[in-house]
Amino acid sequence: MEIRIKIQRFDPERDEAPHWRQYQVGAQPMDRVLDVLHTVRWQHDGGLAFRRSCGHGICGSDAMEINGRNRLACKELVKSLRQPITVAPMRGFRVVKDLMVDMTAFFEKYRAVRPYLMTDDAPPEKERLQSPEQRERYDDTTKCILCGACTTACPSFWANGKFLGPAAIVQAHRFLMDSRDQGAEQRAGVLNDASGVWRCRTIFNCTDACPRGIQVTKAIGDVKKLLVARSASPDGPPARAQRAGGPPSA
Amino acid sequence: MAPRTVVRHQFDAVIVGAGGAGLMAALEASKRCRVAVVSKLYPTRSHTGTAQGGIGAALANVEPDSWEWHMFDTVKGSDYLADQDAVEAMCREAVEVVYDLEHMGLPFNRTPEGKIDQRRFGGHTKEFGKAPVRRSCYAADRTGHMILQTLYQQCIKQQVTFFDEYHLLDLLIEHGRCAGLVALCLATGELHVFHAKSVLLATGGFGRMFKVTSNAYTLTGDGCAVAFRRGVPLQDMEFFQFHPTGIYGLGILVTEGARGEGGVLRNGRGERFMERYAPTLLDLAPRDMISRAIYLEIRDGRGVDGKDYVHLDLRHLGRDVIEGKLPDIADFVRTYLGVDPVKELVPVQPTAHYAMGGLPTTLEAQVLADGVSRPLIGLYAAGECACVSVHGANRLGTNSLVDIVVFGRRGGRHMANALASMDWPTMPAAPEARAQDLIGRLTSPASGESAAQIRAELQQIMMDHVSVFRVGDGLKEALGGLSSLRSRYQHVAVRDRALQFNVELEEALELGYLLDLAWATAVAALARTESRGAHSREDFPKRDDANWLKHSLASLHDDTVALAYKPVRITKFPPKERTY
Repeated sequence: MEIRIKIQRFDPERDEAPHWRQYQVGAQPMDRVLDVLHTVRWQHDGGLAFRRSCGHGICGSDAMEINGRNRLACKELVKSLRQPITVAPMRGFRVVKDLMVDMTAFFEKYRAVRPYLMTDDAPPEKERLQSPEQRERYDDTTKCILCGACTTACPSFWANGKFLGPAAIVQAHRFLMDSRDQGAEQRAGVLNDASGVWRCRTIFNCTDACPRGIQVTKAIGDVKKLLVARSASPDGPPARAQRAGGPPSA
Repeated sequence: MAPRTVVRHQFDAVIVGAGGAGLMAALEASKRCRVAVVSKLYPTRSHTGTAQGGIGAALANVEPDSWEWHMFDTVKGSDYLADQDAVEAMCREAVEVVYDLEHMGLPFNRTPEGKIDQRRFGGHTKEFGKAPVRRSCYAADRTGHMILQTLYQQCIKQQVTFFDEYHLLDLLIEHGRCAGLVALCLATGELHVFHAKSVLLATGGFGRMFKVTSNAYTLTGDGCAVAFRRGVPLQDMEFFQFHPTGIYGLGILVTEGARGEGGVLRNGRGERFMERYAPTLLDLAPRDMISRAIYLEIRDGRGVDGKDYVHLDLRHLGRDVIEGKLPDIADFVRTYLGVDPVKELVPVQPTAHYAMGGLPTTLEAQVLADGVSRPLIGLYAAGECACVSVHGANRLGTNSLVDIVVFGRRGGRHMANALASMDWPTMPAAPEARAQDLIGRLTSPASGESAAQIRAELQQIMMDHVSVFRVGDGLKEALGGLSSLRSRYQHVAVRDRALQFNVELEEALELGYLLDLAWATAVAALARTESRGAHSREDFPKRDDANWLKHSLASLHDDTVALAYKPVRITKFPPKERTY
């Protein structure tokens, strides 16, 4: 069948501003939007710039705005989309070409939350123990593929580009809730900052946008609660006491 | 056209590719020297992230296990083509690297006692083949994702320098030594020349030479092809693994962990056909055997509805196991097939998955200039682009993740240790000349063919003649076809002349790499007149140890591919018949 797709184009070497171009291309109902973009690139316009790699929703390269919502092009099927399918780059970051945005600021925010396990103890000879219940607490946020769909769907981020954004907070959550991590103190500053979690207004756009089904707004809420508990506690940082489940029964 | 701007850098070591092998090497080397990681993708986009089922290590957390059993399984799985000293090193160190990953924060699934949980996987057994064993350490069905994320996190912590979205164009190799590399900066179109004492290639596989593949669009064998063009041989290219359970039509992987959890394969009649092919391990037989079994079922008319697929049956596992241990798989199947695996059968077909072949290396990941014994000073390779060889003629599931972390680490260490006593290599007079020329040839012609059309034909030829089953006449036909595609490639014209993010140019470069690697694959496959592991010749259906218990080495000489061979290193397990 023939379908119609409208793509926002911008060539920094030729265009002063982005503009729309519509294409009519052959496609199957079960095709991904990514397949359609490839058809445009391979049969109509070799210059159409977009990122992609794995093609099945794991690498996080091809987040973009599809019919007004942030989605991965490789996880949206033609059959479920109204035509013409409109495709634009994620909002809030500088467009470098067509559907590609500059991700530098995104990864700076990621780094700002210190997205790595922090611990003072020397590791044991074998694995650190962690009960399935303790593991479950941060399971959801380990799914994050850093695609940027949540952050660039967030009105608070659109309003203030300094906001850490949901993706970075999801990363912080992944470590704050990990029973092995001892970095809550070091992360608290950036999270509690004026550009930190309190800019979140619980709009749920991030949760809707997440292609991995992460409960992003809930995760941000968990981090807010942790920060409140820390500041309310008279006996120093209670971040560890906040964690559910004791040590493993063994 | 005007030459591109050239930017120069100097680092002690440069690593190309930011998947598991590259990041592990970067972590190790950057403890002691100045390292840059050059990757055509943002590191977290690397294909390691799509590995699902687990990383094999004999932790013995849930039942008795030993690295010797792991070694035996790997050697037998390789159809006795793996080098056993390399396999021994890998299986011994697997245990330690899994603990290392846990210490770095990797969120493994846990046993009730809080230890790393383990599950069954194809070809992994206890007591040298008696029964399946739970050896695969896993994090749901996103183990590779967690390994990639964890290693990248550690690189951030260690402040490793990254050059993201830089595409490898050339290696600077002169007088048996590597002096660095040239890469294209995608954002600007500039050429970047990296002067380095050593370079480690970790550029992954090249499954995109096939039409149906689990591999990312970007898996085009850049490191292998560039080294090949610079005279480095490629080892065991005829061995390419087809994973039995790709999502029908798309080739997206459904982890072997799905069968490790109890899933079974059924033909069009609903029969559990693996009973006839592997009576002991059944659906957990190695991948080459299951892929062949599926092809044979389909050929004999027992595909589903007369089509070229069979079913993976997960229904009896129940919702909790499927959603809890295979959540991504359930999501893929629902998204791309509209099938609910809790209630319905999943259509699957073999999908091109993994290159056992690649750049020959020592156990310290040093690339061998002659393929046999002489290291090319300053050049390393690890992971799928390398051939140590730990996978021989067929890789076992979970062993690719073991390979990348063990040999990535070994390579990184060796690089850092060797640097102290190394002088700076002399740079060639015009280091960027070849890269300028390569790009110039693609972007100068006023008109010519598009890379997309040639790529589609390449993928069809490889699928038709160089996939699960091969036959002499078909391979000859493939070589004829490849020769004509290679001629046509000389006349490819990239229409887009943009400097910034020129994706058309990038894809044309990648096609050139794929064409060279496909050529080496087909030449090596035609020469090997036996069936071993993933290389299955219908005209030579038996393994032939007397003549073919040897590694192939394909080299480029004056626009022909020349083959040489070298013996397999056998230490503990002499070849036996391979039954499961």
